[in-house]
Amino acid sequence: MSLELNQEKCLACGGCVSLCPKDALEIKNGELTINHDKCVKCGTCVKFCPVKALKINK
Amino acid sequence: MTNKTQTAIDFEDEYDVIIVGAGPGGSIAARDCAERGLKTLVIERRAELGTPVRCGEGLGEAWMKIADIEYDSDWCKRETKGAVVYPPNEKSLKIDPENKGYVIERKIFEKKLAEQAGRKGAKYMLKTRAKRAIVEENEDGEKEVKGIVVENDEGEEKEYRAKIVIAADGVDSKIARSAGLNTSNPIKDMDSGYEYEMTNLSFTEEDSKYIHIWLGNDISPGGYVWAFFKDKDVANVGIGINPPKAEKSAKQYLDEWIRNHPEYFEDAVVTEKKGGGIPLGEPIEKPYMNGLMVIGDAAHMVNPIHGGGMGQAMESARIAAEIAQKAIEKEDYSAEVLSEFSEIWWEKRGNQLKDIQKVRNFAESLTDKDLNKLREIIGEDEVLDLVDASNLKKFVKLFKGSPKIAMKAAKHLR
Ligand SMILES: Cc1cc2nc3c(=O)[nH]c(=O)nc-3n(C[C@H](O)[C@H](O)[C@H](O)COP(=O)(O)OP(=O)(O)OC[C@H]3O[C@@H](n4cnc5c(N)ncnc54)[C@H](O)[C@@H]3O)c2cc1C
Repeated sequence: MSLELNQEKCLACGGCVSLCPKDALEIKNGELTINHDKCVKCGTCVKFCPVKALKINK
Repeated sequence: MTNKTQTAIDFEDEYDVIIVGAGPGGSIAARDCAERGLKTLVIERRAELGTPVRCGEGLGEAWMKIADIEYDSDWCKRETKGAVVYPPNEKSLKIDPENKGYVIERKIFEKKLAEQAGRKGAKYMLKTRAKRAIVEENEDGEKEVKGIVVENDEGEEKEYRAKIVIAADGVDSKIARSAGLNTSNPIKDMDSGYEYEMTNLSFTEEDSKYIHIWLGNDISPGGYVWAFFKDKDVANVGIGINPPKAEKSAKQYLDEWIRNHPEYFEDAVVTEKKGGGIPLGEPIEKPYMNGLMVIGDAAHMVNPIHGGGMGQAMESARIAAEIAQKAIEKEDYSAEVLSEFSEIWWEKRGNQLKDIQKVRNFAESLTDKDLNKLREIIGEDEVLDLVDASNLKKFVKLFKGSPKIAMKAAKHLR
């Protein structure tokens, strides 16, 4: 299982960043980045994303 | 103003104030700090100020006064006379308040604010991400923010030290968090926003002088659809939804709504796509610690009923600059001294935003049927009162004839 980001769809709006309970998301160089070591795949960012750029791959 | 020995692309190692983020909050803080004679550096991760836009770009005139900025035809795209609000049955209500507003072009606005700050002596370092706050132990054995760590052009970590750091780093704020202040948001308090800028829209000229707000749990659960006009046929058409209440994404809700309104959109063209998170929860109770103040979206200072936050970011910036100067004169950057920033802000704005939370809770408790009913009971003045959380006590009485709504008002609007 892992959190997957569709960079082509992501607006890099950063709305998901402060929702992450593990501080695993960050905007770097104009793009959203995921720290997979920290991510616990809770899906909060997936629920938020205005454009469905994030999903959890089973 | 400080003596300059360096060019625009050289920076010193130490400043009085370092501001992280060059949004409306950061640049107003920079302008005021520099004007107050403080040696000021702004660190901004973007290569171009204002882009990408995450905003509907509506700004009330009253906020411009508070921020001490003047009308400028370069970025004030269109004056708005008021608002038209549509309940689910679309029997609209027109509101003509005394205070006008503008729909602005943020890409130009943010650059202009930076220009003004620059003319006062603030320095800007662009395309540089603040990685974290420098946190050290002070004489009292407490944590104190002493500056910012960035990655320089060579890809190495570099420290810039400051007496005071102002975190104006917006909705995805990391700086306060890196210093141990919890600025994270629960998802129930983060609306998901999506927006198209469109041209060749089919609204009447008169309609385009108003902002338009469509309400309904089916069209935008926990939020609303808006059209903010930049010209008679150009507007930001967007949506905010509350994710826990939603079954689809913000974009899916907005697309569906647009398809249901070909009368406006049949000939329209999309020229920009924008999105973002709107931190609607209560503001951070103590947006400061030793050496650090947090302003704007980073401290969740948005209006929870409509999501506007530029004004509050700029207002809090001005208070932070005032207190920064005080602290620097006293040579005391402790939480105790900086707490005055928070006290003034809560008194001026925070407590009002807290009351507006009640209105948000009330609004979120309403069904589509209630919203249609409400349209019949309340008028212009009441809508304005609700948005500002003034005279809330009168509402329970006003809803006497509709017991269900009155009960909800009694529960939330106290
Ligand atoms: C869809 C949507 C519609 C909106 N509509 C309106 C509206 O119509 N009217 C209104 O008033 N408000 C609106 N808002 C809210 C408004 O956009 C914000 O409240 C406002 O931008 C807050 O200003 P700020 O200065 O606090 O933060 P921001 O404007 O977000 O600025 C933060 C800055 O910090 C930079 N930054 C962040 N982290 C770092 C870092 N680590 N290092 C360096 N730089 C960093 C960012 O790049 C950015 O430039 C809307 C928001 C959304 C999402």
